[in-house]
Amino acid sequence: MTEAYKNLRSRADEIWADLHDPETVWVRIGTTICGRSINALGVVETFRAELARRGIKSVVSEVGCLGLCYAEPLVDIRTAGVGRVLLGPVDVDAVSGVVDNVIVNGNVNVPNVIGSFEKTIEGVPMMSEVPGWSNQHRIALRNVGQIDPGDSFQYIANEGYAALDVALSEKTPEEVLTEVRSSGLRGRGGAFFSTGTKWGFLVPSPGPEKYILCNCEEGDPGAYNDKGILEGDPNTVIEGLLLAGFATGASNGIIFIRHGHDGPISRTKEAIRQAYELGLVGKNILGTDYSFDIEVSLVGESYVSGEETALMEAVEGKTARPRSRPPFPAAVGVWGKPSNINNVKTLSYVPEIVRRGGEWFNDIGVNLSKGTAILCLSGHINRRGMYEVELGMTLQEVMDEIGGGVPGGRQIKMLQTGGPLGGLLSADKMDTVLDFEAMRAAGAILGSGGIIYGDDSTCAVDLTRLLIAFCQFESCGKCFPCRLGMTHLLDMIERIRGGEGQQEDLDLMRRYGESMQAGSLCGHGQLGFNPVQSAFRDFMGDFLVHINENRCPTGSCSQYAANPMRTRPGPEATAFITDPYLRN
Amino acid sequence: MIDINNKGNSSSDLREVTRALLQEHENVAPRTTVLSCLLEVQENLHYVPEEAIVEVAKYTGHSINDVWGVASFYTNFRFTPPPQHMVEVCWGPTCHLLGAMDVLVAIQSKLGLEGEGDVPDGVIGLKYNTCLGACSQGPVISVDEKITGAVTVETALSVLEETLNPS
Ligand SMILES: Cc1cc2nc3c(=O)[nH]c(=O)nc-3n(C[C@H](O)[C@H](O)[C@H](O)COP(=O)(O)O)c2cc1C
Ligand code: SF4
Ligand code: FES
Repeated sequence: MTEAYKNLRSRADEIWADLHDPETVWVRIGTTICGRSINALGVVETFRAELARRGIKSVVSEVGCLGLCYAEPLVDIRTAGVGRVLLGPVDVDAVSGVVDNVIVNGNVNVPNVIGSFEKTIEGVPMMSEVPGWSNQHRIALRNVGQIDPGDSFQYIANEGYAALDVALSEKTPEEVLTEVRSSGLRGRGGAFFSTGTKWGFLVPSPGPEKYILCNCEEGDPGAYNDKGILEGDPNTVIEGLLLAGFATGASNGIIFIRHGHDGPISRTKEAIRQAYELGLVGKNILGTDYSFDIEVSLVGESYVSGEETALMEAVEGKTARPRSRPPFPAAVGVWGKPSNINNVKTLSYVPEIVRRGGEWFNDIGVNLSKGTAILCLSGHINRRGMYEVELGMTLQEVMDEIGGGVPGGRQIKMLQTGGPLGGLLSADKMDTVLDFEAMRAAGAILGSGGIIYGDDSTCAVDLTRLLIAFCQFESCGKCFPCRLGMTHLLDMIERIRGGEGQQEDLDLMRRYGESMQAGSLCGHGQLGFNPVQSAFRDFMGDFLVHINENRCPTGSCSQYAANPMRTRPGPEATAFITDPYLRN
Repeated sequence: MIDINNKGNSSSDLREVTRALLQEHENVAPRTTVLSCLLEVQENLHYVPEEAIVEVAKYTGHSINDVWGVASFYTNFRFTPPPQHMVEVCWGPTCHLLGAMDVLVAIQSKLGLEGEGDVPDGVIGLKYNTCLGACSQGPVISVDEKITGAVTVETALSVLEETLNPS
């Protein structure tokens, strides 16, 4: 152990012990995007006021989301009397009662209690038995919701930066790379490419300037796990970057986030600032001769900027249009320097892999899909939220045991997985296991981990039209099979949706799709036919009802004439430009 | 500082303000690019005036066309002064399934709008969003960058009413 880390750890342990002091009440409230959208900040304020009014010595921390979004605002209270208990939903009006019952009187038997983490309390379930929590396996999310992301010492107190310390003091870069290789970790950004192999490409590239990029563009609607990690535990991503840099001989890390996501941006910037201050990032990290700088780079709204080469263009401040490969990023990446790109989730696993060993991680999961899946469940599902489960669970188990089934006694009809490029999957295929290859064989992708549930009131044509509208709008326009193909697909599906479609349209759409798959430069165009292809495969009935009977089987399409579509700035937006040179 | 709601700001004011912003940006950012400069202008002025395009071009040593190319590619930039309030409605798949269309149509009819855009007197504008990032609380809207989840037609309209006519 380095001397520097020993000192940090002992300061961290003191801070952690103070939070668990018997005289202190520690209240943790999830205030990430999901919580804030239902006034979790108001709950924080009210807790502070109510505790101050009663003169109770307490710390009220704003933490990440524990993932049980359906029960937000989530309040996690720790007192010497009752131990640590979780309650939710606790809205502003309920705070005073919770303070009186749980904190003052030590009575946890209140209607909105979810469970107890530590003590066995009569009438209150243990968290280790609460469905949706007990069947998780939290690795990347190990600290999310449990520690204050604004205080890096809380991360350090929970084995944070221990992997970095071990790597720097006891291991060579090759040994770290070997751990990651033997873990079987595969990228969670969509393609499930082996992380160890990808890092291996960067190793021989000439330095000294080499980049590790962390991709938190997260443009997939229905996925919020990357933002959830950065906002709830930014230090695990920073430590992952530092280890990637060490293993590959890189000099710089860039965390790439979409402009406007203020929570993740400010949490990440603050964690980087603290890490510099504590000697964990920058020159001579932990007093060793390893140096690595980390910065945050923001991008405007553009889905394709999440594609690895488009991302490099965006980091350089240009339009986010993909580059053609080769050269590959490991040879020529950002600013022309060798680069490697990983998703936020991928990097978040790395500290635990290095600390506990590649073999440990390799034992978790199924087949070639090692470790866990970080899922975002939303739509027609009871327990909407963010969960980390072992790969190998079936989709049925995810829906029933994690998600708690479909609300309102309705039947499940479809799943939309892996973002807009993933497409639809019929509920008949719920025995598919969470495994990259198995999902692909079933015709879906696991992708970023978003699963949107649609019950029997959902029309496949309506949802497909929405996904295609998204893909059409987001096409960067660089290559014509994607640019024109998406537009034609959208036109045809709008016709079908409006009751004017014809049987021939289906074949024409297939032909467009094939050209897009064959002729597009990046994954956006290559996969952009997926929504239509998968809907044809699993829900042809819905299309035929529209075409042959001129009606929507569920009534969703007939309700509104047109769905929204985003618009790019048209000629009117530039009309103000009077300078002819500028209008050019 | 410039009053962003005052549309009478002169060209030279806007140039000066942009220059000051870029100077400030350079002091805190590890590196500056065309995109990072434009984001800085948008963040502070809530739009990118013509003058700023010219200033960013000068500052970064790119042509005006290059800067305009970047600015028109990303959809978060706007080029006319912003309305006083901005409401964004998510039409991502999750929100769509949970009733975003009802919310959107209700907001549009309250504001007298058909698509995206600003109301004529510039009090409020409407923007679509493909995902506001709080899908687990859908349907989601955002008013003046404050996100509200689990909205119904009624709660969405009352958030809007509270913004337009604070009680
Ligand atoms: C159109 C498009 C959008 C993408 N968006 C993202 C994204 O938002 N986040 C992400 O991590 N990867 C995204 N990817 C995948 C990246 O190109 C890249 O494969 C990934 O970041 C690599 O990280 P990994 O090896 O850790 O999975 C996208 C790919 C395409 C084709
Ligand atoms: S496939 Fe689409 S998104 Fe990708 S480069 Fe071509 S036009 Fe752009
Ligand atoms: S789909 Fe509406 S917030 Fe994500």
